[in-house]
Amino acid sequence: MQSDHEERVRKNMGQALALEKISKKYTIQVGGGSDRFGEALLKALGNTFGLRHRREEILWALKDVSFTVDQGEVVGIIGRNGAGKSTLLKVLSRITYPTYGTMRVDGRVGSLLEVGTGFHEDLSGRENIFLNGSILGMTKKQIQARMDTIINFAEVERFIDTPIKRYSTGMKLRLGFSVAAHLDTDILFMDEVLAVGDAGFQKKCLNSMSESRKSGRTILFVSHNMAAVESLCSRAIWIEGGKVQEDGQPTEVIQNYMGIYGRQQLVGNELADLDRFKFVGTGEMRYTKVEFLEVDGSPKNIVRSGDTVLVRLHYMAYATLRNPDFNIKICNEMGTYIAIFSTKQAGIDTPLVVPGEGYIDLEIGPLTLVPGRYFLDLTIAPRIGGSYELYYGLVDFVEFSVETTGRFFSGIEEKKINSALVFFPSRWDLEGMNLVPGQSA
Amino acid sequence: MKINREYFREIWQYREICYFFVWRDVKVRYKQTALGALWAVLQPFLTMVVFTLFFGKIAKMPSDGIPYPVFSYTALVPWTYFAGALTNSANSLVGHSHLLTKIYFPRVAVPASSAIVGLIDFAIASVILVGLLLYYDMPMSWGLLAWPLLAVPLLILALGVGLFLASLNVKYRDIKYVIPFGIQLLLFATPIIYPSSLVPERYRIIFMLNPLSGFIEAFRSVVLPSRNFPLESFLTSLGITIVMFAVGFVYFRKTEKYFADVI
Repeated sequence: MQSDHEERVRKNMGQALALEKISKKYTIQVGGGSDRFGEALLKALGNTFGLRHRREEILWALKDVSFTVDQGEVVGIIGRNGAGKSTLLKVLSRITYPTYGTMRVDGRVGSLLEVGTGFHEDLSGRENIFLNGSILGMTKKQIQARMDTIINFAEVERFIDTPIKRYSTGMKLRLGFSVAAHLDTDILFMDEVLAVGDAGFQKKCLNSMSESRKSGRTILFVSHNMAAVESLCSRAIWIEGGKVQEDGQPTEVIQNYMGIYGRQQLVGNELADLDRFKFVGTGEMRYTKVEFLEVDGSPKNIVRSGDTVLVRLHYMAYATLRNPDFNIKICNEMGTYIAIFSTKQAGIDTPLVVPGEGYIDLEIGPLTLVPGRYFLDLTIAPRIGGSYELYYGLVDFVEFSVETTGRFFSGIEEKKINSALVFFPSRWDLEGMNLVPGQSA
Repeated sequence: MKINREYFREIWQYREICYFFVWRDVKVRYKQTALGALWAVLQPFLTMVVFTLFFGKIAKMPSDGIPYPVFSYTALVPWTYFAGALTNSANSLVGHSHLLTKIYFPRVAVPASSAIVGLIDFAIASVILVGLLLYYDMPMSWGLLAWPLLAVPLLILALGVGLFLASLNVKYRDIKYVIPFGIQLLLFATPIIYPSSLVPERYRIIFMLNPLSGFIEAFRSVVLPSRNFPLESFLTSLGITIVMFAVGFVYFRKTEKYFADVI
């Protein structure tokens, strides 16, 4: 990618970014209701008469975060969900403002919090490149100059003048990433945008990122993909509870982080004490625990490719609910959905759930995932079509790893295996071949 | 949030985003409609037909000796623009909440582009006005050239009020329901159906507090050479407009840093 910022970098090596005691406070209203004139009025009345009708909870999403980043550094930001990574990125990108603290940024800034921001379904691919590019901060001239490479990179040449509502999700994502990859700023803030598209395209994106690392631009990116952080970043910052927990060499930071949060989640993911803001939905029914079990119900300590697994979802219902839809999705580290399980789609009736605790078992067998780390998306939804509010939705929180097994895989060429998604139960049959026995090369 | 040189320089840097928002809205506006841009004309035109029927023919509303269709259409074209620009810009932030929480750009680009887009419809509907003048064999003067210029103060007024309502709308969605109601009332408080000469002298001051009155009268006067330009009421309206814009803009600027958190 040809870039004019290399020159700027050469002219001015030094600090790109300095954060000084950045704090961000959110006030969460507990007890429901949205902002309305009436509410404001009631509140004013309430204050006058000393009444309190709603509890407010204060949450410090960031607390005294200070660090500096030199020009040309590629910094990976890691941490659990709700640790404050995304808030940090939003503050850096100037989407939201810190409650306290100061921030100094030196250079032109681009931020990618999602792919294809501002895409309009009725516009063609080409038109959306203009729109999205300009929203990301590119000038019309720059977009025009890069149009052909953007289209090629996205692999959508044939449909470039078709409205994108006719595109597949993958095509839209590729188009969006392609525009983003051609954004040429001194500093770039990214949020998990690598977690898109198919494996081949992901590789291309990772390459384009390591390319921009070579060109000396400053990048901060938030990711769950430890492998990507380790290979792409020159530094990692681990955020925990709104504070910087550790800041240093990626290998070390990741090791310490994984030491605490890596393995322990395999058996029994306690969700009962999860903070309210970490999941979405009304909360009328919640998952309290996810267990991985053997078919006979005994604890399963290790999940291997091809194992039969019993996933036990413990729940707590706070109301009587008619026919809720229990729903699990498995996605890999890149964020690609691999499988979905839903009582609704399976045609299973769960007629009337009364308040209280309980559990539902899902037997998956064989679980033919390739070895690696996986996340579960957990939802409980009312079984009505159209728009509704979930009872519960938790994304990217519960993770488990799948270990290697000899069943599908002899141990040769491990790397190639990792770029696939699943194994299928299969069998090679050599009967039709003319073989001389015992003549292996 | 300061309104200083730094801020205006940033707006200048991001000027293309405003252009692309307008461009997008124009492109998308009449997509998948059978009549397309004809809608730009139909809205004021059909309203004019209905008004002519009910107010002109049945109620025998005076129109200062001008054919009622011409009389009402000259007011309905700027009115349709104003009502649309105000509604769209007031709802624009909420409609773009997805953008506001995902990327930074000067927030003012959203309501501004929403207010600007309607100018295209205004231009199309204005062409029909010329046809109407020809049809009724009305004399045309050079004053007609001032017609497009008069859209500028109208834009500033719509944007000023729009900025104010848009920021309020972020926090209080009640605004969404207030706007159509308010616009309906405003239609009757503005000399569109009736001439301002119909307003009794003692209510004139209150009447002129509505900045639209002066503007609508100005629009009429440039089309109809028989009328003098209402300089006094136009300047009053302009003054009120500038104040309203300043208030709206300052309020917007003050509140915009919370948009992403509240919306």
